[in-house]
Amino acid sequence: MATDERTRPGYFGRYGGRYVAATLLNALEELEAAFNAAMDDPAFHEEYHAILRDYAGRPSPLYPAGRLSERVGAKVYLKREDLNHTGAHKINNTVGQGLLARRMGKRRIIAETGAGQHGVATATVAALLGLPCRVFMGVEDVRRQSLNVYRMKLLGAEVVPVEGLQGTLKDACDEAMRYWMGTYEESLYIFGSVAGPHPYPTMVREFQRVIGDEARAQVLEREGRLPDKLVACVGGGSNAMGLFYPFIGDEGVELIGVEAAGHGIDTGLHSASICAGSFGVLDGTATLIIQDEEGQVLPVHSVAPGLDYPGVGPEHAWMHDTGRARYVCVTDEEALAAFRTLAQLEGIIPALESAHAVAQVLNMADELNAGDIVIVNISGRGDKDCEEVARLTSE
Amino acid sequence: MKRIHEAFGRSKQHGGALIIYVTAGDPTLDDTVEIVLAAERGGADLVELGIPYIAPTADGPTIQAACQRALSAGATVGGVLDAARGIRDRSEIPLVTMTCYNPILVYGLQRYARDARAAGIDGVLVSDLPPDEAGAWLEAAAQHHLGTVFLVAPGNTDRQLRQAIDVTTGFVYIISRPGTTGARADIYQGLRALVERVRGMAQVPAAVGFGLSTGEQVADVLAMADGAVVGSAVVNVIAGGNADGKLPERVETKVRELRG
Repeated sequence: MATDERTRPGYFGRYGGRYVAATLLNALEELEAAFNAAMDDPAFHEEYHAILRDYAGRPSPLYPAGRLSERVGAKVYLKREDLNHTGAHKINNTVGQGLLARRMGKRRIIAETGAGQHGVATATVAALLGLPCRVFMGVEDVRRQSLNVYRMKLLGAEVVPVEGLQGTLKDACDEAMRYWMGTYEESLYIFGSVAGPHPYPTMVREFQRVIGDEARAQVLEREGRLPDKLVACVGGGSNAMGLFYPFIGDEGVELIGVEAAGHGIDTGLHSASICAGSFGVLDGTATLIIQDEEGQVLPVHSVAPGLDYPGVGPEHAWMHDTGRARYVCVTDEEALAAFRTLAQLEGIIPALESAHAVAQVLNMADELNAGDIVIVNISGRGDKDCEEVARLTSE
Repeated sequence: MKRIHEAFGRSKQHGGALIIYVTAGDPTLDDTVEIVLAAERGGADLVELGIPYIAPTADGPTIQAACQRALSAGATVGGVLDAARGIRDRSEIPLVTMTCYNPILVYGLQRYARDARAAGIDGVLVSDLPPDEAGAWLEAAAQHHLGTVFLVAPGNTDRQLRQAIDVTTGFVYIISRPGTTGARADIYQGLRALVERVRGMAQVPAAVGFGLSTGEQVADVLAMADGAVVGSAVVNVIAGGNADGKLPERVETKVRELRG
């Protein structure tokens, strides 16, 4: 069986769980009950999928990338999550949790954001549902993702800059969680990744599995068979989990998660929690985290703000332990090169996060055979990154 | 554990237990020893020693900043236990360490329980460890005779309260309001009902914390509960540092003021 969730909801082997102060137990138990009820309600699924279709533009295409295929010597398909409304896979999850918020009678929405994609997707759904929205964002991310900050404000959200330790995603998560502790009676915290306390890892996966459900049907229709490999970037890991999950039972399909090696694992400036982390508890879940020997979280780095996080979803950590998925990492430099390569080979500018997955496909050209079918998740588009990439490459 | 229950028992004579929280290692671990002894002179019945954590999600800005100061000054889990030993050499005040789970998880739960006990620690509160996740910790704490302190909060169901109370051997810590730690002007209106529910269910003492900062609030809380915890208001005094060597005196004065 793929997970042991059915015997103990919220746990993936030794990972997962709900490590929070007593105040949040109420909020999380309420959310879990509402989520389970929604999952059992056909009307909820119908509305969720109708919004994804009519509003977000799903299904997203599975595009056969001809020139990239030629370059690496295998048949490469891109799952085009970048073509979703708001430009990333994040909208799949925020529509789901937004509908849940309305169902629960919540009057306000809270979110954290790193790259700003989850913040924009949350602000969008809040506007759609007519709910006020507050997004917490690290000050460093506010600087390097100014376009998304503007978009969130335009959508009517309040953006709260967070100083914290590094002014990045972890700080935003902590502050959003603290704010939620004081306001959960009226607000729902729309968490953006498959991390955090139960039920978030399970819930976000269920709202992202549409990526893999579609990709599986699309590849079967086009090729008449399952792919050989799936490749997706992993920060918290929501786009990867969404793509991988429907294929977990398909043993012949290799699942490859790509973490951010930043300046290189040896430099200590990375955010590769699986490749270079150890067991710990972070943001309410037991998982692999980047920490020192005292159990203090260490600073992390990635050129991609959405990957710049010292933990990873517990189900990924578990799939790493069981060997069901393989986790590798690529550096900032490789990701920046892949960003340019995909733009010039296919006319598609990927998000820097997604460029990590593209870089991995370029890196593994040697191990690919001509008949291999590879699906790469282009989890978001790169418009948001252009200014920062221009700045970095002119230095 | 015995020291905890005796202290609550003795405190009945002066209206209830005043529990003072300090972040260990702020400004230094040596200062912590003197600060705790000063708090005792000022009238503290029990002291919570906070193990500094880099990302304490249940804490407001005051204690977050204290954790940063302590970590910058080099505080470690082992160092905090050494400070506890230094206090225990000179005082019988009950000591409870308050920590996020990760530092003691990484230190090793069995090893932490053993070393804490040996250092003269009486109880341990793990702020982000609800009963459902606490199996391994409860085993370690029981084996080394450390008291457990679990949190309950406004809005907790009877089942949640029962679960927390059942695994508590030290005292139940009632979070006074939704939200993080940090000084607040008012007392949460649902508090009295929550305290009564807990006291109706628990054999162990019940203390209230989060947001208490004045002698008046302490007195209000002690009128309904067995103990009152003050953290940020004392940490604010400590934040001024000990450049003049008079920090212990200032802490003693503050605690005396809270004692009323």
